[in-house]
Amino acid sequence: MRAMVYRGPYKVRVEDKEVPAIEHPNDAIVRVALAAICGSDLHLYHGMMPDTRVGSTFGHEFIGVVEEVGGSVQNLKVGDRVMVPFNVYCGSCYFCSRGLYSNCHNVNPNATAVGGIYGYSHTCGGYDGGQSQFVRVPFADVGPMVIPEWLSDEDALMMTDALPTGYFGAQLGDIEQGDTVVVFGAGPVGLFAARSAWFMGAGRVIVIDHLDYRLQKARDFAFAETYNFNEHDDVVVHLKKITDYLGADVAIDAVGAEADGNLLQHITSAKLKLQGGSPVALNWAIDSVRKGGTVSVVGAYGPMFSAVKFGDAMNKGLTLRMNQTPVKRQWPRLLEHVQNGHLKPSDLVTHRIPLEHISEGYHIFSSKLDDCIKPVIVPEAA
Amino acid sequence: MIPYTKEAPQQIASEEELRARIPGWGADLDRKDRPAVPREQSLTTGAHWEFPDRQPEKGRRERSVEHRFLTPVFGTTVPLKGLSGGIRRLAYARYSEGRAAHWLLLILGDRVDAVESHVASLATRRPDEPITQSGVVSELSHDGLRSRFGRGRADVKHVWLDPVLVVGPWLMAGGLVFALGRTVVRALR
Ligand SMILES: NC(=O)c1ccc[n+]([C@@H]2O[C@H](COP(=O)([O-])OP(=O)(O)OC[C@H]3O[C@@H](n4cnc5c(N)ncnc54)[C@H](O)[C@@H]3O)[C@@H](O)[C@H]2O)c1
Ligand SMILES: [Zn+2]
Ligand SMILES: [Zn+2]
Repeated sequence: MRAMVYRGPYKVRVEDKEVPAIEHPNDAIVRVALAAICGSDLHLYHGMMPDTRVGSTFGHEFIGVVEEVGGSVQNLKVGDRVMVPFNVYCGSCYFCSRGLYSNCHNVNPNATAVGGIYGYSHTCGGYDGGQSQFVRVPFADVGPMVIPEWLSDEDALMMTDALPTGYFGAQLGDIEQGDTVVVFGAGPVGLFAARSAWFMGAGRVIVIDHLDYRLQKARDFAFAETYNFNEHDDVVVHLKKITDYLGADVAIDAVGAEADGNLLQHITSAKLKLQGGSPVALNWAIDSVRKGGTVSVVGAYGPMFSAVKFGDAMNKGLTLRMNQTPVKRQWPRLLEHVQNGHLKPSDLVTHRIPLEHISEGYHIFSSKLDDCIKPVIVPEAA
Repeated sequence: MIPYTKEAPQQIASEEELRARIPGWGADLDRKDRPAVPREQSLTTGAHWEFPDRQPEKGRRERSVEHRFLTPVFGTTVPLKGLSGGIRRLAYARYSEGRAAHWLLLILGDRVDAVESHVASLATRRPDEPITQSGVVSELSHDGLRSRFGRGRADVKHVWLDPVLVVGPWLMAGGLVFALGRTVVRALR
């Protein structure tokens, strides 16, 4: 089969690989119909995630058709069209049985501080991902779901991570009616978070980024008020000014480890890998939210330390909430939202790239060329 | 005089205006009725086992010292090998996830892996090469210049670093091959 393969920082190519085999009785093998590149993949692509091995295949956002199932699989059959949450999880450990699917203890021998994620380094379990023609899906009875007839492929693909993560990010903010919510990052996650904040009754939604084309999308798609941080000397002061010097009630970090806006922070983390991540957006969130407010972090950081302004968070009495998204928990409600016409997830897809051209896909998305927001990978065009 | 008095900020738009303007506004207004609330709850997951069957271990699978045993399911892509494999194995065997040494060794392992893999690829029919693998050709096909400049982007300040990071390992690999070659030639003389 053809599969994307990591060759070292900033380098990927497509190779012939063995079709994955059933390795556990509850495994399934899925033939990938569509995959996507996520902002999280960029942390791997840039060599920031410890234990990302040359030769591994990325891709935690994919949908496809069940090709083969292991002996104990009951809920799926060959030929089912399925969407697969980005989490690999068992459904039965201490954490899964309490709903913390993204924190499963049975799927990642390499680390206890993070669960299992497809195609996301050995630190997340050493699984190959779905930017490929086939992928091994462990715990086939737990994660995947048959895609409802009425849901399109691209909408289903957005359900595997970007949409549930944005929606989860808004929920972590514990938004109350009338709240002012500021979202850092106008990537797919931030755009979905901004849109979701309204579902929870936000009275005002502000989006911050430095890419004007994405801020345009934040206005059109997420009905948000937007500011380019690069046009403001100090975006925290600007946010204070536009909120009566009070600050926002809720701030959402949808940027994560490679945040720009402070050269020293960006270079020490994204380029030199001396920090777990550049906490520029997180620090802006901490400083621009009001005292007693809530900071929701869905932006991803590496397992090493980062220079976070913890003292401000403490002195302001903030509530900090965060996690990798337990994707499947969000599905029933999100399916309702999509069915009721509250949003169309695939509105954010801008590029459709054949698997064979994936190295260009990574470069375009990583460098934010050609007004790229969400690139989709098409394996069969290979 | 917010926030110097007890006054709360004026709402910019009324509930009716928001409902009319934004599809789905308020659909999840009830905080108790949101999927992430309460955070811990018992749900039907589809698991029909108390503890999962155990996936057979092939080779010696590294694991965090914070785990009691090898987890019943694990990924099997790219097993440890070479010098980078030794470094990574040491990181897992010796240091917990709480120690910086654990992560710094893993990061070192990644850099060594990149160099080892580039060198090894030179002996295959498909050696690594930076132009196609970095996807830079899309700079031409997808408006690299227009996308980057004159658009208020903060990252233009450090884009020059990217090519350095891309070519760096090749230079290192080249240097290694050269040094090795020189040593061999000298030894033979
Ligand atoms: N918690 C989860 O489960 C989960 C799931 C998916 C993604 N993520 C993380 O969410 C983050 C966003 O993902 P994405 O796919 O939207 O990525 P993306 O790269 O498309 O978007 C990130 C955006 O942040 C902007 N940005 C950079 N610095 C900024 C700053 N200082 N302030 C405001 N904006 C800034 C960038 O210009 C970009 O538009 C990533 O860190 C990703 O790893 C987390
Ligand atoms: Zn993702
Ligand atoms: Zn579990």
